[in-house]
Amino acid sequence: MSFIIKTASKQDIKESETTTESDYLNRREFIKQSGILAGAAWAGSLSLPAIAKPSDYGADFPNLIKTAYGKGEKLTSFNDATTYNNFYEFGTGKKDPALNATDFKTDPWSIAVEGEANKTGIFHLEDILKHAQIEERIYRFRCVEAWSMTVPWVGFSLAEMLKRFEPTSKAKYVQFETLYDPEQMPGQVRRVLDWPYRDGLRMDEAMNPLSFMATGIYGRHMPNQNGAPIRLVVPWKYGFKNIKSIVKIKFMEQEPVCTWNVTGPKEYGFYSNVNPDVDHPRWSQATERALGSKFWEPKAKTQLFNGYGEQVAHLYKDMDLKKYF
Amino acid sequence: MQLEAAVKNSLYMVIKERVPGITFFKPLVFILCLLPFILLVINALNNELGPNPVEEMIRTLGDWSIYFILAGLTISPARKLFKLHWLIRYRRMVGLFAFFYVCMHFLSYIWFDQFFSVEDIVKDIIKRPFITIGFICFLLLIPLALTSTNAMMKRLKKNWVRLHQLVYPVSILALLHYFMMIKADYLVPGIMLVILSVLLGYRFFLKFK
Repeated sequence: MSFIIKTASKQDIKESETTTESDYLNRREFIKQSGILAGAAWAGSLSLPAIAKPSDYGADFPNLIKTAYGKGEKLTSFNDATTYNNFYEFGTGKKDPALNATDFKTDPWSIAVEGEANKTGIFHLEDILKHAQIEERIYRFRCVEAWSMTVPWVGFSLAEMLKRFEPTSKAKYVQFETLYDPEQMPGQVRRVLDWPYRDGLRMDEAMNPLSFMATGIYGRHMPNQNGAPIRLVVPWKYGFKNIKSIVKIKFMEQEPVCTWNVTGPKEYGFYSNVNPDVDHPRWSQATERALGSKFWEPKAKTQLFNGYGEQVAHLYKDMDLKKYF
Repeated sequence: MQLEAAVKNSLYMVIKERVPGITFFKPLVFILCLLPFILLVINALNNELGPNPVEEMIRTLGDWSIYFILAGLTISPARKLFKLHWLIRYRRMVGLFAFFYVCMHFLSYIWFDQFFSVEDIVKDIIKRPFITIGFICFLLLIPLALTSTNAMMKRLKKNWVRLHQLVYPVSILALLHYFMMIKADYLVPGIMLVILSVLLGYRFFLKFK
């Protein structure tokens, strides 16, 4: 059993691109109808336990501001985006986070702000969100493992948030840290990575208008397996730079430690910008497979900076991208 | 001396000694061995391989390749240690299934990952050490599959045993191929490595005791 969500506004996407109902949801229509749509019809087609039903699309942010970012992009299905995750804190299998993060407690949540800034300290998440202008942006997401998805993120500009902490002139970088709590995060029991997970950006990267703090996807609160309650989204970089479940933000003068960079310095650089010409030592980055594509469908060509060159290429103007990968 | 014994053991497969139930169990085992492949095909055709079906397909076939290689290597020690002589009658089948899954693993890679682009495949095999090693395993298994018949066994005798000892380096390389693909979590190939170490260590021990 299934139903097709009718596309009302054709300028957004051609109907011919809509392969199945699970691959594409027209978000505006869906939000309008979310009250009357019943999602049970989907359950039958799910091979994994349904953690959250796509019928609730838009339910948590009813008056969400839509932006021009990614308008018309074909979305990955909610089910694919929430059952195929790399979140090693909840296990290294792709299905593990969806299965192991169900009881993860994200309320109350606070973020420690440290380092080269005037306003440091511990901030409750709700206080941070109070000032934020919450909006929806559709971004492409490219994992270093050569798969990709397109997700409607709910959140706010990273720059806007960082400015409120008043970073000093010494702040050249910003580092983020994920929660370390093996009691709640079973994947942290084994030292698969050098916990806690850390990653960082150069200050100008962080202040770029594209950089985004996400608190939801598909108009819903962030599912635990996707990095609840708050995560980073930097769409021109590989997925692992998009650090999840952030508990610490540190402004630094030196380049910060990044977990994957420590794990494999030759494989995961500090920048980790999406680049089809710089292969991972063990596999090619020239192409990618969109989640939800059928096995007979060809892979898509990966774009430099994941297609966001117009917005971010200037950040790396005089840099050798093969050296600073 | 060792070699003589091995030849004798192998020819045991050929000898039509009566093993109770073999006519019933052999087809059953055959179907059991084929089951993972059948399930995979069914799931693939029903779009039930998850959000990244190609990865799922290639990984599953790769996993079963190693399982069958390990199972094949278990037969001789199990037979000797537990006096289960009839087990030898299944060794060829298990070995050929290992080759079958390796072929399907390779086929799924050249088909659904590379879409038969010879240029891309050659580049990949040359450039990426873990693919190079996987490809070498595939090549090394071809002569073993081709010489798996009774006639070949009789004809090659000692050389047959020598040739088929290639499965030892293949098993190590296959596991290396797995290890080299892992990003951070070595648990599963680690368990496989422990099993392989026991299986190869046992042979090493027999040789030098």
